[in-house]
Amino acid sequence: MRNRAEVALPSDDKRWRVVEAAMRRNGYRPDALIETLHTVQESFGYLDSEALIFVSNALRVAPSQVYGVATFYHFFNLKPQGEHTCAVCLGTACYIKGTGELLEDIRQSYGVHPGETTADGKLSLLTVRCVGACGLAPALVFDGEVMGKATTESVRAKIEGYLSDDDL
Amino acid sequence: MMTYDELTDAAAEEIARQQGYHQCVRVCMAAGCLSQHHDAIKLALEQAVKDQGRAGEVQIKGVGCMGLCAAGPLVMVEPEGVLYERVSPEDASEIIAVLGSEPVQRLVCPTDVPFFERQVKIVLENSGVIDPESIEEYIAAGGYEGLNRALTELSPNEVIAELVRSGLRGRGGAGYPTGLKWSTVAKAISDTKYVVCNGDEGDPGAFMDRSVLESDPHRIIEGMAIAGYAVGANRGFIYVRAEYPLAIERLKLALRHAKRNALLGNNILGTGFDFNLEIRLGAGAYVCGEETALMASIEGKRGMPRPRPPYPADHGLWGAPTLVNNVETFASIAPILRRGGDWYASIGSETSKGTKVFALAGQIRNTGLIEVPMGITLTEIVHEIGGGTPNGRQVKAVQTGGPTGGCIPEAYFDTPVDYESLAKLGSIMGSGGMIVMDDSSSMVEVARYFMEFCMTESCGKCIPCRVGTAQMYRLLDKFSQGRATTADLDLLEQLCDLTLNASLCGLGQSAPNPVLSTLRYFRDEYLARLLPAEPALAPAPDSPAA
Repeated sequence: MRNRAEVALPSDDKRWRVVEAAMRRNGYRPDALIETLHTVQESFGYLDSEALIFVSNALRVAPSQVYGVATFYHFFNLKPQGEHTCAVCLGTACYIKGTGELLEDIRQSYGVHPGETTADGKLSLLTVRCVGACGLAPALVFDGEVMGKATTESVRAKIEGYLSDDDL
Repeated sequence: MMTYDELTDAAAEEIARQQGYHQCVRVCMAAGCLSQHHDAIKLALEQAVKDQGRAGEVQIKGVGCMGLCAAGPLVMVEPEGVLYERVSPEDASEIIAVLGSEPVQRLVCPTDVPFFERQVKIVLENSGVIDPESIEEYIAAGGYEGLNRALTELSPNEVIAELVRSGLRGRGGAGYPTGLKWSTVAKAISDTKYVVCNGDEGDPGAFMDRSVLESDPHRIIEGMAIAGYAVGANRGFIYVRAEYPLAIERLKLALRHAKRNALLGNNILGTGFDFNLEIRLGAGAYVCGEETALMASIEGKRGMPRPRPPYPADHGLWGAPTLVNNVETFASIAPILRRGGDWYASIGSETSKGTKVFALAGQIRNTGLIEVPMGITLTEIVHEIGGGTPNGRQVKAVQTGGPTGGCIPEAYFDTPVDYESLAKLGSIMGSGGMIVMDDSSSMVEVARYFMEFCMTESCGKCIPCRVGTAQMYRLLDKFSQGRATTADLDLLEQLCDLTLNASLCGLGQSAPNPVLSTLRYFRDEYLARLLPAEPALAPAPDSPAA
């Protein structure tokens, strides 16, 4: 059990301190790998190679193993996400209630495939396996918030809102 | 050091405080309802109470899931027992204004219907009743009484004996007798042992674990602490899906409260028993619901299963004996310790004791969570409690057991729901998801959907599952497009047999279930999609004979 990292932080970006704190809490044990990756993703939005190599050195886990874990689990993104995310639930109840058609409509209307981000970087389209909101099927998750009993109209309205959002 | 009596005193104070109110308005704050702006409803109700000058009389309380998600957002008024459905923030002032007199008729949701009357609540007894963020309310409702009884009155062996008497079987799906599992871990000789709660609720269509964790998190902590005492473990892990942020948040809070009240940590309730719990987050891999894969994931590795034996009871986390149970199983422990194994065994059927929580979804009127005694029939669940299809269409089948379960046609709906009966029909109990399909659903498409799921979620370690699911998916796709031949049908059946018998873990071993059960009951639909028999000698397109 160690109580300090023996490698320097990649930069003086404050978010690395959060990552370091998570590793310290777990005594820099190799089994804290998934917890650490969760923290990196929470702080930076995705896992880039710089982060993976840093975590690998700090926890003394082989880079291949870190990469293996990062790519095994669907929850981890290796690419930056768009400003907003739309995750379409493809769980059974949602599928029976027609999220397949909703997904198809998004694909055709906005020219974005699951796992991709629109060219202007506004919207990332994802698919998820059941968010546990089956009672509200069909369900989608917009920026972490569940939209239940979705319709083509409600989904389009939400996305139009994102796409026309020029604040940033 | 707090003793149990001091805790109950604190809880009694809490009850007295609540009794100071004339009315209590309970608002569902589980994820399903929250998504429909329930937080706004709670704020609006609080504002209305203030505006109408009834601050000392009316308590507004955020609670967990009340079950009937279809009619959400739900609001319950006590002591009258009036349930309001589809409430919006605009209704708040009206609801508060009529408290104590005639309820707002247009919002009233009848509670004298089978959906409410046929349920028997043990696991969900506190869901929708207590504030999940208050340990005092949990204790006031009899919480931690089971743990106290175990630690002060019973030896570890007596705890296990109580559990054996209850007849409880694992609620994660396989139905292994819980008492037997506990006694195996208890007998294992090791200085270090672990207790693991499997909250990786991956089955699409099942959301009871999420609901229990969000609505009554202390119940899981209590169940796990009792387990730790019974099997001789001082450390436990709760593995929860990262997709359930609200459940994680409430669980973290509950862990803090439990520690502060000497219900977790060192020297619990002054009895000398130590038990520490940590949360581990899943990261979206269905296979991690398999216990050996789950343990690999807790160890920070890729969640890949390994052959059993050795079973986790001998060789689990970091090689130490480990008890792995599902959320609903742990949620049943405290009531059994509180009320006795014989009481629990008096509920349910001959081979399957107690109650089971089911998640009703799909083409059914009353979508939501229900808890019913084992042995109830599918007709009662689907038609009486569930209210049939929302559009009046014919119910075709109900899919139980998640992506690796089976589809049961309506003709068999008089079957009692227990582990053995469902297995006989070619399905499984699974975690308790029930998805109702009406006559507009194509069973070939349903089978293809599930196979696509298993193919994507196969971890790739063993070939029968990795390749078998992909090949079966390819064949089902041919059926779906009407391009399949009788040879394809034969091949599909052979592959089902092979994948089922040769795969390493439960995922591959049960991946063929949806195909096998739809072939068994809806073979016509497959046959209808075969290519028309090829003529012996097809004439060339430009043949003059044409």
